[in-house]
Amino acid sequence: MPSHNQHRASLLIVDDEFVVRDSLSKWFRQDGYRVETAEDAAAALRVMDKGPWDIVLLDIKMPGMGGLELQKRIKEIDPTSTIVMITAFASVESAVQALKEGAFDYVTKPVDPDHLSHLVQNALRQKSLSHENIRLREHISTLLMPDEIVGDSPQMKKVIEMASSVAQTDTTVMIRGESGTGKELIARIIHVNSPRKFFPIIAVNCGAVPESLLESELFGHEKGAFTGAQYKRKGKFELADDGSIFLDEVGTISPRMQVQLLRVIESKHFTRVGGTESIKSDFRVICATNRDLEQAVKEGAFREDLYYRLNVFTISLPPLRERRSDIPPLVQNFVRKYSQAMNKAVTSVDPSALDLLIRYSWPGNVRELENVIERAMVLAAPPTIKSCDLPFQVLQSEPTADGDSLEAIERTHIINILARNAWNITQSASVLGIDRVTLYNKIAKYGLKRP
Amino acid sequence: MASILLVPIRPLQPASLSALALRLSERFQLPVVADGSHHLDPAPAFDSSRNQYYSSLLLSALLRMFSRHEGKILAVTDADLYIPVLTYVFGEAQLDGKAAIVSSRRLDERFYGLPGNADLFENRLLKEAVHELGHTFGLVHCRQYDCVMHSSTAVEEIDLKSSEFCTDCARLLKRTNNETATEI
Repeated sequence: MPSHNQHRASLLIVDDEFVVRDSLSKWFRQDGYRVETAEDAAAALRVMDKGPWDIVLLDIKMPGMGGLELQKRIKEIDPTSTIVMITAFASVESAVQALKEGAFDYVTKPVDPDHLSHLVQNALRQKSLSHENIRLREHISTLLMPDEIVGDSPQMKKVIEMASSVAQTDTTVMIRGESGTGKELIARIIHVNSPRKFFPIIAVNCGAVPESLLESELFGHEKGAFTGAQYKRKGKFELADDGSIFLDEVGTISPRMQVQLLRVIESKHFTRVGGTESIKSDFRVICATNRDLEQAVKEGAFREDLYYRLNVFTISLPPLRERRSDIPPLVQNFVRKYSQAMNKAVTSVDPSALDLLIRYSWPGNVRELENVIERAMVLAAPPTIKSCDLPFQVLQSEPTADGDSLEAIERTHIINILARNAWNITQSASVLGIDRVTLYNKIAKYGLKRP
Repeated sequence: MASILLVPIRPLQPASLSALALRLSERFQLPVVADGSHHLDPAPAFDSSRNQYYSSLLLSALLRMFSRHEGKILAVTDADLYIPVLTYVFGEAQLDGKAAIVSSRRLDERFYGLPGNADLFENRLLKEAVHELGHTFGLVHCRQYDCVMHSSTAVEEIDLKSSEFCTDCARLLKRTNNETATEI
């Protein structure tokens, strides 16, 4: 039973008998429901547009299209609608058929008011539970716990500090950083620390959705809006109501979509593709890009007004190579994660392997590091990951010289060749084109030690 | 001045109407007039196959009969009431309207094969009368289990709630009352 200030549940009553429609609608209005009636299937389908209806009470026997057929049609329009069949005693068999086809329950005329009132309450409760369940599932499947952010480097500390301070506000946030630096993770941290945390954060990868589909992806569409639009569908902005919307790779969207995006962000109103109804949604925008938007603005590929609208508060994520001190704790974190996931007792990383990991340039940033560790975990013999478990790309990325002097280059080159040949002096000397004695001398000169 | 007109519809036990009038007047802060002078014949609303009276028809008859009455009308009867889809109703009211009707039939313990209990019966009748009149003042069902506007489809639920409005409903009622007062 709704109270005065709660969202009013809605009910659609479809029955060919006037007295039934009249008395039931009066009865339910006293319960505070929003009630609409329809005298036949055609009228019911017309009224569906005024929905969504929480509950549809459907007379099974009507002239023209009967309740069973109408149930199918209604389910096509709104698969989440809860249908309660009203039958006379004679048509219990078709009521059973209706149940098999997805009706919530059926009642026989005349119905006990106590029964009907509890039935409707149960239906509403179940509906709100399944709605909540879907929302929570979506939330959990995409929610990454903030403790996945690993790193004590001053750069990361600053990022976390900025994220948590902006989280409390409703400010639009732009997250910049190379691919794989964890932009989405920061977006989620902002969301889960914001007052909107009990509502969803909806992520849209603008770069991954074809231009032609992006519009209906963001704004939703009405049934029949285009070929293949068989059902009405809510867009991401509508789903993000009361929550946040995360627009990833916002720099990739076309000029036409930029205009629409700007309007939605400014007005918080939009219409579904093929629809006329103006929909209001209360969302917070968090966007991310790894493009040079300023350059794009200069070149005219990105609208300046949209740029200023999005670029209110910027958080820049440093690439992994600029915060190498975070690599050991990150490695430990991923080793722990995958040893649990793979149920494999690999718990540590050999110092030489760790050294390689720290020195690699990581163009793919943390994502690449995670992949490297996952792969190494598969190959590694418990309990330690060794250099040989690391993929070829990492091994190839050898340390580069500390300076431009010939001596520095020579030292680094010898280290690399020795490493490549597993410190086999004869092989290394032959590769270097010097004799073994000379190599020994150079090892001594540069103070090189076998790892 | 708005008032509540209390109309008995036979069959009705002679007792309790005057007591009800007094208590309703306290609840709504309005004069309650018991009209015994007119007799509304419920026969046209009788359904012999159900052995019950169609409450909506009785409401229409009431409205016709007392069309000149300015305030609210509450009919009280011992007859068993129904609306077509439901097996029975305790009463019916026009939401935000003028007329309401309550049946005492299912409020009596003896209906359920139990010994009669005059106090309990009087209390139930008061609660249902307040509840249906509440609807005529625009109030819908309330979630507060002890508010008189809580929906009750069984006597046990009537016994559970009080005959008083919760603070929210009382405030809404006061607001409507004030509006009505200024209109008149």
